[in-house]
Amino acid sequence: MSSQAATGKPAMSERARAEARLGWLLAGPAFVIMLLVTAYPILQAIYESLFRFRLTAPDERQFVGLANYAVILSDWVWWRDLLVTLLITVITVAVELVLGFALALVMHGAIKQLRGLLRTAILVPYGIITVVSAFAWFYAFDINSGFVNQWFAWVPGISPDLNWFAEFGTSIFVIIASEIWKTTPFISLLLLAGLAQVPGELTEAAKVDGATRWELFRKVTLPNMKAAIMVAVLFRALDAFRIFDNVFIMTNGANNTEVLSLLAYRTSIGRLEIGMGSAISVLLFLCVLLIAFLAIKVFKVDLAGSRGGN
Amino acid sequence: MIVLTDVRNDRGASARAARTGRRARGLGAVAALAALSFSLGACAGDGGPPTLTWYINPDDGGQAALAEKCTAEAGGAYRIETSLLPNDAASQREQLARRLAAGDPSMDIMSLDPPYIPELAEPGFLAPVPPDVAERTTRGVVQGALDGATWNDRLVTVPFWANTQILWYRKSVAEAAGLDLGQPVTWDQLIQAAQTQDKELAVQGARAESMTVWVNALIASGGGEIIVNPDANARDIQLGLDSPAGVDAARIVSTIGREGLGGPGLPTMDENQSMSLFQSDRGSFMVNYNFVWPAMQGSVEDGSLDQAVVDDIGWALYPRVSPDRETAPPLGGINLGVGARSTHPDLAYRAIECMVSPENQAEYFVTNGNPPSALAAFDDPEVRQKFPMAPTIRDSLDIAVPRPQTPYYNEVSTGIQQTWTPPADVDPATTPRDSQEFITAVLRGERLL
Repeated sequence: MSSQAATGKPAMSERARAEARLGWLLAGPAFVIMLLVTAYPILQAIYESLFRFRLTAPDERQFVGLANYAVILSDWVWWRDLLVTLLITVITVAVELVLGFALALVMHGAIKQLRGLLRTAILVPYGIITVVSAFAWFYAFDINSGFVNQWFAWVPGISPDLNWFAEFGTSIFVIIASEIWKTTPFISLLLLAGLAQVPGELTEAAKVDGATRWELFRKVTLPNMKAAIMVAVLFRALDAFRIFDNVFIMTNGANNTEVLSLLAYRTSIGRLEIGMGSAISVLLFLCVLLIAFLAIKVFKVDLAGSRGGN
Repeated sequence: MIVLTDVRNDRGASARAARTGRRARGLGAVAALAALSFSLGACAGDGGPPTLTWYINPDDGGQAALAEKCTAEAGGAYRIETSLLPNDAASQREQLARRLAAGDPSMDIMSLDPPYIPELAEPGFLAPVPPDVAERTTRGVVQGALDGATWNDRLVTVPFWANTQILWYRKSVAEAAGLDLGQPVTWDQLIQAAQTQDKELAVQGARAESMTVWVNALIASGGGEIIVNPDANARDIQLGLDSPAGVDAARIVSTIGREGLGGPGLPTMDENQSMSLFQSDRGSFMVNYNFVWPAMQGSVEDGSLDQAVVDDIGWALYPRVSPDRETAPPLGGINLGVGARSTHPDLAYRAIECMVSPENQAEYFVTNGNPPSALAAFDDPEVRQKFPMAPTIRDSLDIAVPRPQTPYYNEVSTGIQQTWTPPADVDPATTPRDSQEFITAVLRGERLL
């Protein structure tokens, strides 16, 4: 392929240019629309964040510059919510990476006849709408309607009187568990794609050289999957950082379980404080940008590498 | 294409459709599509009477039935269509405020929770009540409901039904504890009775609006008030939480929380869960709205509750904070308001007059369990027969105290919910002061909520 392309290059150039033009023509409108629908709300939010403005007091709109940001960044509520969000992000991503890898290996190694069924079964939680899964978990653990306390009363620490949503530790446990249950399939699918990319000849060669399964995994499979793993971690981290539904349904932020997106929601939608809410949203957006930047620059995530191109 | 044709057909039907039609011609098909959402709300098919949209809070179908009844009585002058709002009062407020702020012309009639009315009245989101309508709809209405309907000394909404919490008790428990419910009771007596009988108190300890209802009743009964100057602007509002009445209230909430008297479910308990606890073997006393009575009757009918439990239930006025002060039961209910941008405010007020007639309020009470705001409706024989506690409710409505009437009620209420929950963490020595400082800072825009 590559030698053909090299020799045929001058002859192909006209066609390649035409293809590139067509590509731009086809993708251009979508690109422009995407830019409009993403850039417009962001710019609007940045503009609104400079005002003290409440939806039900339209006449009292007042330009305050960066005062909203100063209030937010000097308030422990913001830092507490940031810590809770980071806690949820770190734990869910770490646990999901391990679980997802295990599931990916199972799917990869399964005999052909079982593969389809296995993938479908593993994907079921991911197919459920997040709000629905949050309600399901909430009702399962709720002290009035839940069955968890009855079924697991034999586990030390669980009794019929345990109110899971009355304290930070137990509330955050349920929130994190439901998040892991819901999104592990996503990470395992990304990792499965990565596993499929590991060149068969390398594995074969390592086997011939007498590598154990563990050595094979550590020295051949993992290094070849680095790009896929980093992409999976980045995508999931960004996703987990924006967690909303589970917390909203289960505790609505009670017991210090509030996360940043819930704070933004409660300020903009609940309090109708458009200025302050926009400032929180802008800061949330900057956090997400920062995570993506750190992952790509510091951990050198190669977004192109995950597409299978060598 | 069909969509555009519909808009054109509707154009002659009403003034609003004509306006949207003009807009459609001016701005083209895109605007016509947008206008369709308005005209759908405005027109009842081809050439029918104008349609009024009534945004209702969820109930047992009583408001929808009233809409039909008043449509029939209008004799073709208007049609009322209902549109359902979210379940809880806070979400209802969010949706109404957003729509009103955006100038949605479909906000003809709205079922409004009284504490949120000042916030909507202050920026002029509500159409003024015509003096004659005000005169006719406020005659013989309980004072609390009138207070809730008024802002800046002007009637801005029409009282529709009034609600109040009363004390529900298990006769067997009260008897065993030697408590005479014929006399006014205090919270301390209830606490003691529950302790000695090893039972649980059904109160609402969740981090929700119900917490503000409870704290407000406790502080008011202790002779205090949550907001000293409710009509002040955000920066100048003075709170009365950090006061002897506030400390008393904190003592009661924290005792119930710390002694485990609300059961393990207390930190997440709302009105419905209180009712479940009260019906159970652990039940003793409960403060709750009247909806519990028809709900428990329904449970008996479908076999999930023993008739003996219902036979064991008594009722009395809401408990006091101290023996020498009057009780201050919580006041709730729903008022009807008209959006300032409604195209038919006159018709909307005509429809409201029909809805709030004492007969209709009595019927709504009987079918949906929500007590009337018109005193005359309590004399209805069917009401007396179906709700043996109606006289207690009437007495309670007479002395009920509304929650603070201020455009910043949401901030105050959310602040209380955050600082007074869970009940076991409330400390009389610090909670009232912390709560007051926190809410004051939020109102000044210095803190996040």
